[in-house]
Amino acid sequence: MIPGVSLYEILTISAVVFFIGVYGFLTRKNLISILLSVELILNAVAVNFVAFNVYLYPGDSQGLFFTLFMIAIAAAEVAIAIAIIVDLYRLVKSVDVDETTEMKY
Amino acid sequence: MERIIFYILAAVIVTFSFLSVTSAKILRAAVYLFLVLIGIAGFYFMVGYHFLGAVQLTVYAGGIVVLIIFAILLTEQIDNRLARPKAGMVIASAMLALLGIGVSVYSILNHVFDKKIAGQLATVDDIGTKLLSFDAGGYVLPFELISILLLAAMIGAIVIAKRPIR
Repeated sequence: MIPGVSLYEILTISAVVFFIGVYGFLTRKNLISILLSVELILNAVAVNFVAFNVYLYPGDSQGLFFTLFMIAIAAAEVAIAIAIIVDLYRLVKSVDVDETTEMKY
Repeated sequence: MERIIFYILAAVIVTFSFLSVTSAKILRAAVYLFLVLIGIAGFYFMVGYHFLGAVQLTVYAGGIVVLIIFAILLTEQIDNRLARPKAGMVIASAMLALLGIGVSVYSILNHVFDKKIAGQLATVDDIGTKLLSFDAGGYVLPFELISILLLAAMIGAIVIAKRPIR
């Protein structure tokens, strides 16, 4: 744990980053920007896992392993998402959520 | 000393995450996300999880951001400005985000956490042993599942991205 820094401060910062990610997710129209916001949300959650692990249960390491697996899953998710975005761009020549209405109706 | 470094890291993380969701140029947004990820890796180093910090730097900052930048270069002109969201949408989302921050910070600050249970932080040695351990508290099943998932994601990404152009 960090000397002089309490759990409350870390959790506050991760909550702020989480909701900045939510704000970006709601306002952005570009698929890649939405992906960036999702990465912010995932990272805020990972910080929470590590903070609880280090500050409350330093003997166990569940938070550490959850964060490791979360990073691996995020890598898989981004690989698939970017493949889909590139394919979609070749199909409709745009990565805007408003213009990708192929399957809407 | 640690406190000052923590606050500098916190300022970097919050400032650049805000810039990364508001920047009008998408390549800059990706670079701001890169700085946020480096700040979070610094946090992992500060709490004593050096292995996790290294993984964050290599996989997230080194791999995922590069992948995102490739996607940006493949899909659009980088000097294109992103469309500004509608004012009503901005206000509604900002209200929602501020409400969420308010509620969660209020409940965090009013919650008394359990007493810390003493123990030693896991070292890299412990991580390696636990990841491949079959005993209680071992993580060999999720480890193997993640391996299959990454393989499946890799094959899926290749198949989707290599489809012939119609």
